Amino acid sequence: MTAGRMQGKVVLITGAGRGMGRSHAIRLAQEGADVIGTDICGPVPGGQAPVTTAEDLAATVAAVEGLDRRMVTFQADVTDEAAFTAGLADSVAQLGRLDCAVANAGVGGVPHRVVEMPVQDWRDVLETNLTGVFITAKAAVPHIRAHGEGGSILLISSALGLRGMQTGAAYVAAKHGVVGLMRSLAIELAPAGIRVNSIHPTNVATPMIHNDDTYRLFRPDLAAPGEDDVRDTFQALNLLKVPWIDPVDVSEAVLYLAADSGRYVTGAQHKVDAGWTTK
Amino acid sequence: MGKLEGKVAFITGAARGQGRSHAVRLAQEGADIIAVDACTEIATVDYPLSTPEDLAETVRQVEALDRRIIAGQVDVRDGAGLTAAVDKGVAELGRLDVVVANAGIASFAPAEQLTDEAWDAMIDINLSGVFKSVRPTIRHLKANPEGGAIVLTSSTAGLKGIPNIAHYTAAKHGVVGLMKVLANELARYRIRVNTIHPTNVDTPMIMNEGAYRLFRPDLEHPTREDVADTFAGLNAMPVPWVDVLDISEAVLYLVSDSGRYVTGVQLPIDAGMVVR
Repeated sequence: MTAGRMQGKVVLITGAGRGMGRSHAIRLAQEGADVIGTDICGPVPGGQAPVTTAEDLAATVAAVEGLDRRMVTFQADVTDEAAFTAGLADSVAQLGRLDCAVANAGVGGVPHRVVEMPVQDWRDVLETNLTGVFITAKAAVPHIRAHGEGGSILLISSALGLRGMQTGAAYVAAKHGVVGLMRSLAIELAPAGIRVNSIHPTNVATPMIHNDDTYRLFRPDLAAPGEDDVRDTFQALNLLKVPWIDPVDVSEAVLYLAADSGRYVTGAQHKVDAGWTTK
Repeated sequence: MGKLEGKVAFITGAARGQGRSHAVRLAQEGADIIAVDACTEIATVDYPLSTPEDLAETVRQVEALDRRIIAGQVDVRDGAGLTAAVDKGVAELGRLDVVVANAGIASFAPAEQLTDEAWDAMIDINLSGVFKSVRPTIRHLKANPEGGAIVLTSSTAGLKGIPNIAHYTAAKHGVVGLMKVLANELARYRIRVNTIHPTNVDTPMIMNEGAYRLFRPDLEHPTREDVADTFAGLNAMPVPWVDVLDISEAVLYLVSDSGRYVTGVQLPIDAGMVVR
């Protein structure tokens, strides 16, 4: 068997309890990475029901350990700088280094038109989806810088980091904001060989979209829409004939950008959006 | 098991540089190759272009990987020749899955000194040549129930304005427009279309005295070493240029299953030239 593309590397993944975060942990571990995973494992303002649990995060650990890789976790809110920074430092001490950070944790928010949006709902989304990404990157940089071998930071934005959507202004603004953070950070860190890119998925089959609230948003005409009822509406957003993509499709982009394959890719807004924003 | 086992890729400008690297890298992953290159000199280009011997070397390297390759000497300005080469390759290799429109030239002059001949050759090769390369492949990709992937090689000059290459910049921006239309037209057939945007790549297109002199007008005979710092000054990362393999890895990511829902993307492999 050939050496994995992430052999000897340690990656930080936020929101690692389930969904895309878990998928990134597994995909990178398959390529040899050890993983530091963090998740709030509880209710978060603007987040979807059901909440991520400690059992979810434990399941991610079991999957990574099943691949014979090490995984260290800490339970923290990405918006709590002191707790997050301390948890990361402790985890890096255990695994010895940090090469890559994937700022994946995020919430969907509550849909409102701007004129009807409570300012607290706006703040909740901005806090996790933008400030939390900033805190994640800020905490990770010193550890990646420490070994002098460069590294890769991936900020998970969205197709909505490139396009607007009615009733989604807070999410859209936060995901656009991530691009500004990415661009500035890419310039700041290029001399150190640390690359920074954003990833812009279309809808991904995770609990963030597969929930009754989101189904109702897409099919307001139905009292209790299910997955089959929303398929066509989701599909209509994309150019390619697919309603949503799998978490692993985003993980493949993470892998390409985190590994040596992307060693000179920085400052990119990389879309995995089935053509949504090319229409 | 390779990522492109059983697939067939059509690559233009395959005699050397990025094109050869793509042919070899995709063949390493199991693809058979249809390769074309003009292997001819062009009056407005003042560095040596590829030769039939270069193309033969690409053939040798692909065959050394135990993959099949159908190679032909075809200029991307020759639409009929491209159609014939694609049809012949598909007839012999049985299918088409991947297209990499890579062939291109460079020449340098401020806009007010650009000749008609230099402008026309550039647009003919770097823009119209991309269209003419892709056009005959569409029918074969449509016939493929698995769809396919098209990669158009643009440049950082397809994303920003760069002095002394107005014609190159216009052509490379045009390639982006072509990509966006093709992505829309072909999505329903599961055919994905993306552009790649390299910074300077270590190939004969930039590793020649004409290009060196542009970067070091103070020297009479500047060398690769003389221009390294100036080239590095273009990038945000502390590297003067990237390797052909870095571009091939981007192509591989986009055309294999890893990129199965990636279409309409302009992917920079530019060491941060555009973001800085």
